[in-house]
Amino acid sequence: MTGLPLTPSQTVGPFLAIALPWPDGPAVVPADTPGAITITGRLLDGEGLPIPDGLIETWQADPDGRFDHPDDPRGAVKYGGGFRAYGRCPTGPDGSYHIVTLRPGALPSPDGGREAPHLDVTVFARGLLDRVVTRIYFADEAQANAEDPVLSAVADPARRDTLVATAVPGDSSRFQFDIRLQGEHETVFFDV
Amino acid sequence: MTTHPPSPPTGLVLPSYERPRGLHPPLDSPGYRSTALRAPRQPLQLIPQGLTEITGPLLGEGRVAPADADLTTQHAGEPLGERIILTGRVMDSDGRAIPDTLVEIWQANASGRYQHQVDNHPAPLDPNFSGAGRCLTDSEGRYRFVTIKPGAYPWRNHPNAWRPAHIHFSLLGRAFTQRLVTQMYFPGDPLFEYDPIFNSIPDPKARERLISRFDINLTEPDWALGYEWDIVLRGSAATVFEDQPAAGKQAGR
Repeated sequence: MTGLPLTPSQTVGPFLAIALPWPDGPAVVPADTPGAITITGRLLDGEGLPIPDGLIETWQADPDGRFDHPDDPRGAVKYGGGFRAYGRCPTGPDGSYHIVTLRPGALPSPDGGREAPHLDVTVFARGLLDRVVTRIYFADEAQANAEDPVLSAVADPARRDTLVATAVPGDSSRFQFDIRLQGEHETVFFDV
Repeated sequence: MTTHPPSPPTGLVLPSYERPRGLHPPLDSPGYRSTALRAPRQPLQLIPQGLTEITGPLLGEGRVAPADADLTTQHAGEPLGERIILTGRVMDSDGRAIPDTLVEIWQANASGRYQHQVDNHPAPLDPNFSGAGRCLTDSEGRYRFVTIKPGAYPWRNHPNAWRPAHIHFSLLGRAFTQRLVTQMYFPGDPLFEYDPIFNSIPDPKARERLISRFDINLTEPDWALGYEWDIVLRGSAATVFEDQPAAGKQAGR
């Protein structure tokens, strides 16, 4: 231990709406971008009630599985078209959020395999003293999901399903992903 | 981050971020009642830090205007309250500056009232104070805000519950792993010992790291009191991608 001691976390509190929502926060890409998808869902508490004062953030690779970031050892790649890779959406009175984005590509994984397409998700809310982290995978990537090292490490298949966004019937551009902080179908959260 | 070469000869080299243990408040902290139905009950699943975790949004100047850092000039008149200058550095645990990173703040006004519809504390709103600011750190990781000192305010967590005066901070850092939201407090606040949020941090020394320091040298004569508060985000070490065990690995510092 040679370093400076870290700054601890505190809750985002009930008033994050004063500062954190951005007008373009949910738009990882402009909504009229060809191939854009919308992920919608609700943030729910241990009684299944909506959480109206939370914030959902997403971070992801571009459709080619690349990042515009110097720490990616494959090199930084700018995707263009206004793709920001980062989304941010406060939850509404019914606990709902939405993110408009492009489907991420697969990634090489730390164990030498491949990670299935996914978004990393951060949840902030009153009552959460630290953020919680989960991932959004896609139900129509069954083969890639089966080989994904993070999904595979979740022993209980029912819990694994909490990480998979489902296609909205009849609309291939819409996916549903609810986040349950607690309760019978509690979402899997990660220590990253 | 300067610890890895741009073109490693074999394998992929990427930073591995330290995983703090016992630093952050336990999610299940019964003294803070809102945790009861919101803290996950299942243990967090440890995952390796892959490419998604060691990268993150590097949002540039387009998101911030210089005026965003002065919360006292956002309206026609000046807000009431004690004018303060608040500055400090954003670093990682190796002391490396985190430049050009977005810092967002929000706070109550001098009376302890937030400009928010669910705040029903019977204290006056201030038409000249919205309570939100943002800036990017400079090349040395320094941020600087001008604002007013927020007031303490009551909340309904328990009988006669009051929050110590605080300013909320949101930091993106340079990687998903470094994302942090926290609160900064003021020295000598008599409410510290009664506040379950402040005291949810297990280590008293870590709690103290959320308390800013009054600095007479930052104080501008006949104008504003100066406070300094540094923020330290998780540090990283370079690791060879292919050698990292699937279960994840501590950065070791």
